[in-house]
Amino acid sequence: MNRALDIPMVEISQVSKEYPAANGALRALDNASLAIRDGEFVSIVGPSGCGKSTLMLITAGLVPPSSGTVRVAGVEVRAPHGEVGIVFQDPTLYEWRRVLENVLLPVDIKRLPREQYRSRALELLELVGLKGFERHYPYQLSGGMRQRVALCRALVHDPALLLMDEPFGALDALSRDQMNRELQSIWQQRRKTVLFITHSITEAVFLSDRVAVMSPRPGRVGALIDIELPRPRSFDFAETPEFGRYAKEIRRMFESWGVLHAGGKP
Amino acid sequence: MSSRAGAYLYPLATVAVIAILWELVARAGYVPRYILPSPSGIAARFVQMHAFILRESLFTLQETVLGFGLSVVIGIPLGMLLVSSHTFNRAVYPLLVASQVVPKIAVAPLFLVWFGFGLMSKVLITFLMAFFPIVIAAVVGLQATEVEKLYVARAAGASRLQMFWLVRLPHALPAIFGGMKVAITLAVVGALVGEFVAAENGVGRLLLSASGNMDTELLFAGIVALIVIGVVLFLALEVLEKLALPWHISQRPLKEPT
Repeated sequence: MNRALDIPMVEISQVSKEYPAANGALRALDNASLAIRDGEFVSIVGPSGCGKSTLMLITAGLVPPSSGTVRVAGVEVRAPHGEVGIVFQDPTLYEWRRVLENVLLPVDIKRLPREQYRSRALELLELVGLKGFERHYPYQLSGGMRQRVALCRALVHDPALLLMDEPFGALDALSRDQMNRELQSIWQQRRKTVLFITHSITEAVFLSDRVAVMSPRPGRVGALIDIELPRPRSFDFAETPEFGRYAKEIRRMFESWGVLHAGGKP
Repeated sequence: MSSRAGAYLYPLATVAVIAILWELVARAGYVPRYILPSPSGIAARFVQMHAFILRESLFTLQETVLGFGLSVVIGIPLGMLLVSSHTFNRAVYPLLVASQVVPKIAVAPLFLVWFGFGLMSKVLITFLMAFFPIVIAAVVGLQATEVEKLYVARAAGASRLQMFWLVRLPHALPAIFGGMKVAITLAVVGALVGEFVAAENGVGRLLLSASGNMDTELLFAGIVALIVIGVVLFLALEVLEKLALPWHISQRPLKEPT
């Protein structure tokens, strides 16, 4: 795969998406554009229904755009290309597979040698603190543990790109903080290109190199904000003025679109 | 008493109480023996005729198992086809549902003409009786896969075939087992219907001749044999289900360990 520096890992250009609706078409995305460099962590924040999940599905090749193109590593995406790992809000583990087998799912699909990837899967499970749970079934795990398994599954085949759609949105606040910290450390070790979708401004600022702020439907990338904060970031850090400034900047943007109302008006 | 032992003891106690009451009523002499034989009389007749009953039961069991097997072998792929091809679904599914309105008993004499008086016609009547719940269960189970579970596999580059074997089918198995459990009880009825219409062997044949001879004790003994067949087949399926779906919610202990 071409990883030349001048070619972005992900290049979303002028992507629009319309869904058929009762009265004509529902425009979910409106000329959204975004480029992500190799090894970069980019978050998309946006209000519900702004098409951010659709944009991720289009990037994975799971949903075709109505117009515009997405390129991953310079190649136009027309179908699922297998170069991604995906994590959804729901862990979407397969209940009939044990933890290790769930992690090995992409390996089975790609018909890669299981023996070879087994050690990698075990390594990943250890990295997220699930050593010893390899033979458990998903129902025997907590929500946070299941989401960790889903993360290992997304990483096991060493994809160029990690797509995450509100992966910690269903977790309680404490697990969520914990997972954010773990994700940061995994990312620092593995340097994957990550497209992370969230509606939490704090989460986006905490994790990202850049935050793409999406407007309400039909969604466009309204602004790109570089988060120039040193890593590793700790949670104390979320209370520093620099961190607050970024969060405020994003909040202001939502306010200007009428998504958030200043002063707590309805 | 542990709840496991209780699961067997309570229903057994109920059966015992009913049997004792029945025995008392039968022995009181108000009802003639050929109308209501006593449980002890039925048991004695069962023991006396056990070789004959066993032989006939094996015929019925064979028809049931073959007819049920055919239902599984045809029903599950039919369900797959219905789910995977929209055209096939639209062409066949309404007919399939409509076909269930036809009373199966009415078709049995026709099958005798077509397939003869032997095993074949019984197996096909049994199949006709049992396959529908399996098809429906397969369709429901295969369609119920959450779209994001499918996305995960497709994003990794799964082919249509892989989607089926790795995602849809395992996901549908609990539903399919549910359908098979309904089907197995219907299969026993199907075999019996076939035997009622025309047969030289089987419990159905035994019941008809016992009825003709006013041999009520043997009639009851035959019914007991049918109950045993039904229960044994059902339990066999449950064991199979336990082996196939150790992960499923139906196999977990009721009390969650906390």
